Amino acid sequence: MEALKNKVFKLTAYVVALFSVIFLFGIIFSIFYEGLPLFRVVPLREFLFSRQWYPTHEDPEFGIWTLLVGSIFATLGALVIALPLGLGSAVFISEIAGKRWREMAKPVIELLAAIPSVVYGLFGMAVLAPFVRETFNLDTGLNLFSTSIILGLMVVPIIASMSEDALSSVASDLREASLALGATKWETITRIVIPAARSGVIGSILLGFGRAIGETMVVLMVAGGSAQIPRTVFQSLRPLTSTIAAEMGETVMGDLHFQSLFAIAIVLFVITFLTNLITELVFLKRSSR
Amino acid sequence: MNLRKLSNHAGIGALSLCLLLTALALLVFLWSIISKGWSVLSWEFISQPPREAMTSGGIYPALLGTLYLTVISIAIALPLGVMTAIYLNNYGKPHWLVRIVKVAVNTLAGVPSIIYGLFGMAVFVNLLRLDVSLLAGSFTLAILALPLIINASEEALRSVPKDFTDASLALGATERQTILRVSLPTALPNILTGAIISIGRVAGETAPIMFTAATFYSRKLPKSLSDEVMALPYHIFALMTEGSNAQKQVPIAYGTAVVLLFLVLGISALAIAIRYQIRRKRKW
Amino acid sequence: MVNEASCLLNTHICVQNLNLWFGANHVLHAVDLCLYEHRITALIGPSGCGKTTLLRCFNRMNDLIDGTRITGTLLLDDEDIYHPKAQVTSIRSRVGMVFQKPNPFPKSIYANVAYGLAITGKYSKAQIRERVRESLMSAWLWDEVKDRLHDSAMSLSGGQQQRLCIARALANQPRVLLLDEPTSALDPQSTAKIEELLTELKKQVTILIVTHNIAQAGRISDYTAFMYLGDLIEFGETQQVFTVPKDPATEAYLTGVFG
Repeated sequence: MEALKNKVFKLTAYVVALFSVIFLFGIIFSIFYEGLPLFRVVPLREFLFSRQWYPTHEDPEFGIWTLLVGSIFATLGALVIALPLGLGSAVFISEIAGKRWREMAKPVIELLAAIPSVVYGLFGMAVLAPFVRETFNLDTGLNLFSTSIILGLMVVPIIASMSEDALSSVASDLREASLALGATKWETITRIVIPAARSGVIGSILLGFGRAIGETMVVLMVAGGSAQIPRTVFQSLRPLTSTIAAEMGETVMGDLHFQSLFAIAIVLFVITFLTNLITELVFLKRSSR
Repeated sequence: MNLRKLSNHAGIGALSLCLLLTALALLVFLWSIISKGWSVLSWEFISQPPREAMTSGGIYPALLGTLYLTVISIAIALPLGVMTAIYLNNYGKPHWLVRIVKVAVNTLAGVPSIIYGLFGMAVFVNLLRLDVSLLAGSFTLAILALPLIINASEEALRSVPKDFTDASLALGATERQTILRVSLPTALPNILTGAIISIGRVAGETAPIMFTAATFYSRKLPKSLSDEVMALPYHIFALMTEGSNAQKQVPIAYGTAVVLLFLVLGISALAIAIRYQIRRKRKW
Repeated sequence: MVNEASCLLNTHICVQNLNLWFGANHVLHAVDLCLYEHRITALIGPSGCGKTTLLRCFNRMNDLIDGTRITGTLLLDDEDIYHPKAQVTSIRSRVGMVFQKPNPFPKSIYANVAYGLAITGKYSKAQIRERVRESLMSAWLWDEVKDRLHDSAMSLSGGQQQRLCIARALANQPRVLLLDEPTSALDPQSTAKIEELLTELKKQVTILIVTHNIAQAGRISDYTAFMYLGDLIEFGETQQVFTVPKDPATEAYLTGVFG
């Protein structure tokens, strides 16, 4: 009897484990199923590189280049903010702050990472954007500048947390060797510790990149909404994610617009999948050293 | 030597500046949300439904909706996630299957939440004809939470000392008995911590429920799984973007945000506190 | 305590009345010790006697531990390294240290040895190259690595890594070389090689070595200092300390009554 229960339990575990694989394929399949038909009508090249995104016109056009660039600009803008703040904070916490501060900082960072994105969006929309608008005398504060700040702020805990883990797992005898040779603390940090933690730090940046480019609510509320390539940092933009979220309600199931949004989802998925892949490779490199 | 000393001080100064700026930014952020929302909070706010086309009243239905969505999705994801973790950690064969499952879990963890929303819409709402409903939303959120629970549970099971499981098997117990009587109970606090953190995550998600469960206007409280629900994060979003009366609705949005923040941060803080207690008490 | 007289002799490296506390723990009690130049001095004693702590006083590495308090002076060429205005990084570049477990940086062999010079920014590439070669030769490692200077240091064996660490410390041309149980993690062959190396190196640099291996102290050191529970119990020529120890505690330790 026990033997039978044992077998059944084991089988259940195997089957349930497959669910994850099934769900993943379900997600991939569903977005491809709904999105691929678009390419019967719109060639892939035009979809990716045309700047004309007019899905609701009488003669609709589906070019996502402005949206793609919007996503990339917003993400890069976020990293410009998040990288120095996040990495700098991580280095300070790991290398300079005393033990007590370090123990306090870790749970705080974890809590910050748990703040829902819609709350960031609210802050961006209701506090930062008006402030930016007034300070810089603009028409609107909903632009690349504000988006980068809010998105960057959101990504800081991710970069800080992972980088701090990587930095503090550098063996302390390497630090001691460096100091014993007469190096200053800063020299030890820049020449020994950070290089040794390189793959963890890079991994955290990639993770932040993936998080930022996949973020919907913040860009939906703060980026402004016009499908254009922002020429200055104070212009609005429209990343891929907010396009999907904003326009899905306007479509009819199965029509071209509907399919085009799923096609955008395909592109988005490919981007985040590749980012994930690269991150895995970076970590693989580290563990083989 | 002087230049080196200078660089040292400058570098360390720059690092502390980074930390200070970060702390400052986050404080400003949290302070503005909490201070503007605090004044709206009251017992009525939490317990009453909205009135006058969402321009006054409370957010009770949204609170309830979030509660239902969270509880149901975690109730689905937890057993699935723990079982998967048991497979990965305690059975772990064949190796190629383990790799495939791990890759799938990691990929799922990185999928943007809007894609979960699209998937939920395409499959649960449309294909399975569940319509925009509590059930569809819960299923979608369950799949979102799954990789989080799997990772936390796997780590929890991995930290069960081999001595314990060896002893159990050496006494003649089957694998199943060892897992159920030794591994799981030992790993349980850490698994729960992971589950609690996932609850916080799920409660705050907006994109997955936008097309699968959530609605702005709902005249009644959700009574069945097939009802649409209001939800706290979606409520904030809708008030800010679909609202008709900004002056009255923005404060409500702040209030809702404060409630959501307290909920999510409270839950996460609870998980962190539990984990701290476990670490202190454990002797291995 | 011991040996005020020795400070009159040809030594410029002296510890005077050194007391050290880790928090409330009084770990070193009024230690007086002078190192004879171009000689090997061994610090021996049972676990916890403070020998490693004393060693680390010589290059102020104890400063890295929270709650450390030190009184007394440590003279390095007439400069008290514990003077409030002392430049710690400069002191450390004049005192070399080799640790118990070899700890080369995950960089190339060349970059490891060049590190102490590279951070000063004062040396030309040619100067650094020459100093690296000299140091590797002094450490008896040159022949083994001269064709692969840019390979990773991690590709060396344990014994080679430790010799690399010695070369790295020597590159700074230190006044004193401190070694903290440098062979305890190595196999007997590597140990023998390093012992031979140290005996040769003392012509170049004054050596202070902590060892829990009494036989090793007997083999290579010229002077021996025996410590017990934070006190320097006895100091003298190794020959004399080992054959006719003045203190009963020394004798007890050397004969293995306690370890």
